[in-house]
Amino acid sequence: MFKFESDRSKFPEKNPDGTNIIDLESGKFTKLWQGPIHPGMTGNMSLELIIQGDEIMECQTHVGYLHRGFEKLMERRRFIQCFPICVRIAVPEPDFNEYCLAATIEELAGIEVPEAALWMRTLLLEMSRLQSYLAWIGGQSSAFGLGLISQWTTWARDLVLDRFEEITGGRIYHMHMPPGGVRGLLPFGFETRMKETLEHVSKIMIDVERVMFNNAVFKKRSIGLGYIDPSLVDEYGITGPNARGAGVPKDVRKDYPYLKYPELDFEVSVGKDSDVFTRADVRRRDILTTIELLRQIVEKVPGKGPYMAELPNVLHWKIPKAETYVRAECTRGEYGYYTVTDGSGYPRRINVRGPSYTHAIALMERLAINLNIADTAGVMSSLHTYPPEVER
Amino acid sequence: MNELIEKLRKKYPIKDEVYQRENLTFVSVEKDQAVDLITHLRDYEQFSHLVILTAVDWIEENLFQLTYLLNSPSKKMDIGVRVMIDRSNPEMVSIHHLWAAAATYQRELFEMFGIPFPDSPRLKVPFILEGWKGMPPYRRDFDTLKYSEETFFPRPGRSKKDPAEHMKEMMYPEENGSV
Repeated sequence: MFKFESDRSKFPEKNPDGTNIIDLESGKFTKLWQGPIHPGMTGNMSLELIIQGDEIMECQTHVGYLHRGFEKLMERRRFIQCFPICVRIAVPEPDFNEYCLAATIEELAGIEVPEAALWMRTLLLEMSRLQSYLAWIGGQSSAFGLGLISQWTTWARDLVLDRFEEITGGRIYHMHMPPGGVRGLLPFGFETRMKETLEHVSKIMIDVERVMFNNAVFKKRSIGLGYIDPSLVDEYGITGPNARGAGVPKDVRKDYPYLKYPELDFEVSVGKDSDVFTRADVRRRDILTTIELLRQIVEKVPGKGPYMAELPNVLHWKIPKAETYVRAECTRGEYGYYTVTDGSGYPRRINVRGPSYTHAIALMERLAINLNIADTAGVMSSLHTYPPEVER
Repeated sequence: MNELIEKLRKKYPIKDEVYQRENLTFVSVEKDQAVDLITHLRDYEQFSHLVILTAVDWIEENLFQLTYLLNSPSKKMDIGVRVMIDRSNPEMVSIHHLWAAAATYQRELFEMFGIPFPDSPRLKVPFILEGWKGMPPYRRDFDTLKYSEETFFPRPGRSKKDPAEHMKEMMYPEENGSV
């Protein structure tokens, strides 16, 4: 009779150098491509899986379906021309790109940003975090077969996008934070409408908690799945909710305060079990924190005052030779821009650090081993990976 | 931050330090000392998080600058280690044994800049540009405009404007002369 061998480290058999002995001709193994077009994938990437039965033996992440060479393009653009390009790097949260690029350029050029602009930026970044998390809940719940929740949160996300449209005129790409400040302040009556939207989102979050987090199917499938050992956090460069789920309280908003976060009152949510369920719970509590933060920010944003620093003629704008790195806490972890200038009117190099760069490749390849193929999508969503950050 | 740099200076010949911010410093070090310094920072100074590993192409001086940005979660500090390597014969020691995530950065650098890191896992496996032949595209002498003109064909009936000229017309119409 067949007996289940619980020590999975014995399979498959290994070469003396530690690599797996995989012979696809033997009929024991199957190669399966999950993606690039697959409902269980987060965006355009693919996992090349070697499976035995329904268990994954090896996993390799493939990216490159979305490469547009933004870093190279920006080297051939003037500083102000980089600003509308950089938002395209991450579709679900373009604002973090805008902020990081603007902050590096302001630091290198020595521009002082007005007070009102700092508040506006904080508001936009938090709104961006809220809508990105709401989109994520849909992905995470659908990966475990709870398709209904994504329809609720898509509605709630649309309300947030409406507020974005009011401020910036755009729903997805906002382009509201050029170097030097912001393009405008809040429209009349925004505070009331924002609070109404937050009420709606809070109500949805209560429903989500009942239907998703208290759901027997979701609990059964997610508890204990995709465990990240806290010792891996530094080795694999894990940041954001993935690190916080493992009990490592990493949050750029607290550790390296930027914009107006020091003046706001909030706690960082930390989990301890480090599985898919804990990470989902950390993100759910993050959403509640963000709602609370938005309520505080909306009351404090100045209604008038200067919001844009005076820039030099942007066509002849030269920045002396220097380099810097600015980071911000995005939904998925640490987002950062490394900008090098050389004294000319163009940046010498702009390098984008997306948190998915480490999560989607090195970490995912490790977590996938000995996973059931049905759980790959759930683990992938729980890392909240996003391929355009990997390829830029 | 100052104290740390002074402490490091006793052991390693570091130079050109730039105190960019209160908690961000860039230092330069020679190629053969770099991995030593990075290992020391990781093991003895709690710089346990590799934030980025990237390259900058200084084509005029025939150099590649590799930047290892390390972060210390406990000290809340960043240190950027700059290493200049020869552009005509670039090669650098791999640090995948220090951080598993570094292998991905090195794969990208090999593909985009043509900087090999011997022994780095899956270095030669195409990462983003499958089937790419020719010069690594992130080098400064790779001409993106020429590449796109050779590879793609303009659609008939579409006019195009020089972005700089167009911006000048829209934003500073009173300005004359070249941009």
